[in-house]
Amino acid sequence: MDVARLTIDQIREDLARRRYSAVELVEEALRFAEAENPRTNAYLHLCPERALAAAARVDERLERGEDPGPLAGVPVAVKDVILTKGVRTTCGSRLLAQYIPPYDATAVARLEAAGAAILGKTNCDEFAMGSSNENSAFGPVRNPVDPERVPGGSSGGSAAAVAQGTAVAALGSDTGGSIRQPASFCGVVGVTPTYGRVSRYGLTAFASSLDHIGPLARNVRDAARLLQAIAGRDPMDATSAFAPVPDYLAAMDGNVRGIRIGLPREYYRDLASETGTLVERGVRLLERLGCRLEEISLPTTDYAIACYYIICTAEASSNLARYDGVRYTWRAPQAETLAEMYRETRGQGFGAECKRRIMLGTYVLSAGYYDAYYLKAQKVRRLIARDFEEAFRRVDAIVTPVSPFPAFKLGEKIDDPLEMYLSDIFTITGDLAGIPCMSVPCGRTAQGLPVGMQILARHFDEPCMFRIAEAFERAGGFGGN
Amino acid sequence: MKITESEVRYVADLAHLKLTEEEIRRFTGELGEVLAYMDKLNELDTEGVEPMAQVLFEAEETATLRDDVERESLGAEAALANAPLAGAGYFKVPRVIER
Repeated sequence: MDVARLTIDQIREDLARRRYSAVELVEEALRFAEAENPRTNAYLHLCPERALAAAARVDERLERGEDPGPLAGVPVAVKDVILTKGVRTTCGSRLLAQYIPPYDATAVARLEAAGAAILGKTNCDEFAMGSSNENSAFGPVRNPVDPERVPGGSSGGSAAAVAQGTAVAALGSDTGGSIRQPASFCGVVGVTPTYGRVSRYGLTAFASSLDHIGPLARNVRDAARLLQAIAGRDPMDATSAFAPVPDYLAAMDGNVRGIRIGLPREYYRDLASETGTLVERGVRLLERLGCRLEEISLPTTDYAIACYYIICTAEASSNLARYDGVRYTWRAPQAETLAEMYRETRGQGFGAECKRRIMLGTYVLSAGYYDAYYLKAQKVRRLIARDFEEAFRRVDAIVTPVSPFPAFKLGEKIDDPLEMYLSDIFTITGDLAGIPCMSVPCGRTAQGLPVGMQILARHFDEPCMFRIAEAFERAGGFGGN
Repeated sequence: MKITESEVRYVADLAHLKLTEEEIRRFTGELGEVLAYMDKLNELDTEGVEPMAQVLFEAEETATLRDDVERESLGAEAALANAPLAGAGYFKVPRVIER
């Protein structure tokens, strides 16, 4: 077997025909991950015991003639901001370098219940804050396509693991583009579901009104299979939605004739030339498949970055208050008073980007500035969400680039925080509105760098989004292998 | 909005963050630049717009409340397992009250 080329459909068929066992598959994936990791630093740690135990359970079920589950034997990587009971979860932070969670995230428990094997935990920007994976306390991740370049962030390790072929699929988290942007940089599929579609129980909180868990995979069908397994109401997360989960695979019937697609003019300006060309070529392919294109306008787009970075830093400053040296593993050793212990632990423990965001968030929430920044941003967020509501009266989906440019070089943007923030322009609006959105590969530049096309749909209309993405991937031959 | 070094010190204090002198200098420049960019929002008229705190979907008022039934909890030992310092079933911190 060649782990790097397997899809979930292929694994299901191979296991059913006993071409190999789940244990053999997971052993091979672990061996491959260990061999490849020095090139990319995609994994922070592997958990072979847990993965092999899950695979053994699948083999036992197969042996007894029972249904081994929709993700039976599938080697999956999990971003290290998502809790795994008994398996170290660091959030890419020095503060949590030794943290062993006492429980599993619901998404992780559901993946294992569906038969998946969790191979290990993937590198990410510290507390998921970053667009390049250079903010990890454990070193940056390198893009498997070009090791001089970043894999994107913050779910860069998950995207790299899938792209290099060590994991068949992965879980990431997305607050402002952290699944879609690395998926586009590494040439894989990345899905940010509707806000509330997937339980965040066990996801380390960054900005609670924006945080999502979602899948990354080599093709659209595999991503849909993962979402199918993890979506749905969870009593442990009060913000998880009650809406029933539709059959995503059934929705991908290849028929996109007559689907109305909006092209917001604000998203097609200032693109790197090859990115523009590839996304426009993708749009023309959709037209040939029978979609009806319509130019639309989302007029508040220009205000999205300012709005997003006020809301996310405000929420982050509050969520990160818990890392104070009392409960979570690391405490600065020298401090003599409680106040000094808080200040020293946080000052020495957090990396530069986390401190910057805590400072910004504390500032915009502080007395005298709350109305001018935080409240103002929440009002602008309403306007951004309304832009989408109005657009979705006329169109069924919206198609845009994922990032203005392909993967950039390590070190290229890290010294200019504002420039790094500005690169999130096309992905943050979907999070602010809470609508489902995804990145699907649409080709490579002359240098071989992957470019992603973004598809956004109405709340809970993942079926429409997947139908378009799957038909596009098939017609364009972007499904990998 | 420009931000001064003394404001940066004040905010770091609110956030319980000990910053080095070098960090204070750097953040004064960087935060000033980002906050100046954020002032862009003032171009938009938001009179009468209801703030959006959360993406919410319709559900019955009590739907998100679980049934009031007893269930097993994590337990003190597991809850304390990651503490930097614990004892007698509690988190331990440096002395707060002087005698």
